[in-house]
Amino acid sequence: MEVDELMCLPRLPRVAVCGGTHGNELSGVYLVRELLKVEKKAVEEEEEPVSVMIVLSNPRATQQCHRYVDTDLNRCFTHATLNGPISDTDPYEIIRSRELNALLGPKGSRQAVDLVCDLHNTTANMGMCFITYSDCDWICLHIFRHLQKEIPDIPMRFIHFDVSNKESYSLDSVGKHGFAMEIGPQPHGVVRSNIYTAMKGGVQHMLDWVRLFNSGAIFRGGFVDVFTMVKHIDYPRDSVTHNITAAIHPHLQDRDFCLLHPDDPLFQTFSGETLRYKGKEPLYPFFINECAYYEKGIALSLARKRRVMIPSIRVETEQEQQANHQQYSSEDEN
Amino acid sequence: MSSYNNTARLTEARRVAIFGGTHGNEMSGVTLVNLWMKNSDEIQRKGVEAKPFITNPKAVEKCTRYVDTDLNRAFTPENLSAPAGDELPYEVQRAQEINKEFGPKGSPEAYDVIFDLHNTTSNMGCTLILESSKDLFNLQMMNYIKKAIAPASCLVLLNEHPLLKYSTSRSVAKHPVGLEVGPQPQGVLRSNIFEAMRVILKHALDFIELFNEGMEFPSCTVEVFRVSERIDYPRDANGNIIAMVHPNLQDCDWEPLNPGDPMFQTFDGKTIHYQGSGTVYPTFINEAAYYEKQQAFVTTRRETLVASAIRKA
Repeated sequence: MEVDELMCLPRLPRVAVCGGTHGNELSGVYLVRELLKVEKKAVEEEEEPVSVMIVLSNPRATQQCHRYVDTDLNRCFTHATLNGPISDTDPYEIIRSRELNALLGPKGSRQAVDLVCDLHNTTANMGMCFITYSDCDWICLHIFRHLQKEIPDIPMRFIHFDVSNKESYSLDSVGKHGFAMEIGPQPHGVVRSNIYTAMKGGVQHMLDWVRLFNSGAIFRGGFVDVFTMVKHIDYPRDSVTHNITAAIHPHLQDRDFCLLHPDDPLFQTFSGETLRYKGKEPLYPFFINECAYYEKGIALSLARKRRVMIPSIRVETEQEQQANHQQYSSEDEN
Repeated sequence: MSSYNNTARLTEARRVAIFGGTHGNEMSGVTLVNLWMKNSDEIQRKGVEAKPFITNPKAVEKCTRYVDTDLNRAFTPENLSAPAGDELPYEVQRAQEINKEFGPKGSPEAYDVIFDLHNTTSNMGCTLILESSKDLFNLQMMNYIKKAIAPASCLVLLNEHPLLKYSTSRSVAKHPVGLEVGPQPQGVLRSNIFEAMRVILKHALDFIELFNEGMEFPSCTVEVFRVSERIDYPRDANGNIIAMVHPNLQDCDWEPLNPGDPMFQTFDGKTIHYQGSGTVYPTFINEAAYYEKQQAFVTTRRETLVASAIRKA
């Protein structure tokens, strides 16, 4: 593919901004609350060229200021869970995931919103990250590049989880395009003004980009560094109690995205011993010491970095859309 | 400075407890106490019975601050004297059990010293919490610890305020000592924070051993930060927070806050300034657990306390 090649993509008329998917990740909770106040006022004005839905994903967990009530909402969006048998005794978050799928999806259908931006915080020192399932969703990659340009003082990375659409499990997978906007470090249950401001700016610039895109602007292609998740590493644990027996090593703590080489320190046991990285390949660590991942058996995640070339893009014209519509309607997925 | 006429003779401090998990998601204390329950070599000292103890096991298991109610507010006279029963909130039952084992509070049978291990999301560094300005033993111990870890810093927070003081787990002992180390997110174990707490406890136990062996500690002065006022977040008519700790104040625990300085920032970017009458020293700035207690930070005033010399009786 040539850098000069111009790709035409369908309009993005409907965007959803979701916060409080984890009820104790407060930047998103407060930002959604603020955006909902403004949304109430703007409801009479038709929002051209994009309509924005603001959603508080997990109201009960938000009210309790917990990550979740019964189960992690952001793992409840697989096709299997969304379309599985319904029961009165289903966990709260499974019921909620189906409600959100009805509101923003159905996942995989033509009625799904065009773009989902799901707001998250992490206790890890990750700056701002986009997390997606695809390394070739040009919409998400261009939005990322736009934010890098517009907010140059915040470190920004693009993370890709190589998970098929069939297995994708998070809220952002419900829209035709979607990504999680993950910002840290922020303790759960706390809102830090610098982190909130970064998230607010990120959402604003994202919406500005969508408006520009829908209005016909051309976005020049180029290169984006993409971090693709390779594996997770768990804490060393006691074989009987399963309690952790070491903490992230002080040399690794807060060094998200600093290349980890074979033999670099990983953990420090409570008796002071250093445990080292035994992998053969240098990889980029992230989600280092994320609170919510202790129970998922993840002390840190590791990624490979590669440069992805993205094409120039602009929105399809109406004629181009008509021509393509013939083609798409015969390719409907369920 | 030493005044040999005024050496206070105090009973030896033989029974010492180390509490972890009073808040189940404050991980340094949980980890240290679990470690020492498995192997207590590190906390052994001649003439000292040091007992590590998990105060809120259910909260620790769920990695949550508390199950029904905050254990570290539960040691009120009403709770401790209430008729025992399963209908009582879990933490009130726990408070009664702890009071029985380590108290009773206010009685001669109570433990001599209790160290209660806590973490905070605030950038407080190492902080020792004192409940009485007249506790000579604690003042001398805190002075010893501060000197031992210098040039690293360990500040003393004095909470003797009649309205803001609260009934802590450690208050069951004759000499209650709070250890607060931050910043650390709830549910997270940071190795630097863990090691810092461990070092403070090492010096504290060293002091008790020396004291019990008969060492005299000369008169000293101790700088403390005395709790003055609790400042809440600005809220709307429905009680929702409408502003955040200002970026200029965030992480500036123990630094002077002057009238007119930025204090809060509304969600749409406006600054709210501190309107007090004089300079204060804020702490517990943006502690996660205090949103529900209507506290964005507390103000303190700097004070120098004098502790007379002490020696075992």
